[in-house]
Amino acid sequence: MLDDSDRRLLRHLLAEPGLPTAALAERAGLTTATCWRRLERLADSGVIQARQAVVNWRALGYEVEVSLRFTLDKTHPRAFDEFLAAAREVPEVIGVETFLGRVDVRLNVIARDLPHYQQIYRERILTLPHINDIEALMLIATIKDSAGLPL
Amino acid sequence: MIDLDDTDRALLRDLARDGTLSAGELGRRHGLSQPAAWRRVKRLTDAGVLKGQRVLVDRAALGFGVTVFLGVKLATKGRVSLEDFERAVTAIPEVQVVQHVLGLFDYRLRVVARDISDFERVLRRRIMTLPGVGQVEANVVLSEEARPGPLG
Repeated sequence: MLDDSDRRLLRHLLAEPGLPTAALAERAGLTTATCWRRLERLADSGVIQARQAVVNWRALGYEVEVSLRFTLDKTHPRAFDEFLAAAREVPEVIGVETFLGRVDVRLNVIARDLPHYQQIYRERILTLPHINDIEALMLIATIKDSAGLPL
Repeated sequence: MIDLDDTDRALLRDLARDGTLSAGELGRRHGLSQPAAWRRVKRLTDAGVLKGQRVLVDRAALGFGVTVFLGVKLATKGRVSLEDFERAVTAIPEVQVVQHVLGLFDYRLRVVARDISDFERVLRRRIMTLPGVGQVEANVVLSEEARPGPLG
């Protein structure tokens, strides 16, 4: 079970994931050794699942990011499985989400520029199986991006 | 723009899965000495390709069972209303992500909540009262998956 110190620790960790353990401990009001132990326990119990490096696609020349929202043809029993399996094969798809709502699936697609996006869209996206409808939202700016939880 | 070789791409793939890998371990995996692996990681960091870390947690175990994406259309537009909206929406602790988008909506928000009734509270008290907010569409997340992307 989590106590208040765990919650405080997680709140600071999620707000500033790059913080060294000593600084994190200080913010959470713990000694560095206690902080280490608690982080280890949270990882062992699966509360902390992973720490991953964030890849900045813009720095690699991917200037365009589009959120594509799909509704699928649900009369086909394997529509979700087949669509998702095919979408995973598209290298420019960096995220896949499924939903309960008007939208069934969202794909996050990156491209070097608009002509490249158009090529991906025509050759790799429109050819995905069981699509009923597609809406596109083009990313202009990310104003906030945090994994923070109101713990 | 930085040029990547196959080894750089392999290092990025590994680090995107586990950001805690040491230069020694990365080197062992890809036939590099520890200093050589460290130099490559430093070059990728200096070029801005590696941009910090993200911590993945079991949100449900922490009591946040519901994640919702909201599409928000502003009722009134203009520079001032965008700034007012952005300032107010980024201050809501349950809102993790705010993206200005072009298309059917003006903004995409990622909202976390304890359960559906908690989400309703956030939606009614926090989101619907935002300055300039118009039409809102909610889609509840069932599953999420990060893909490695074009790293060959």
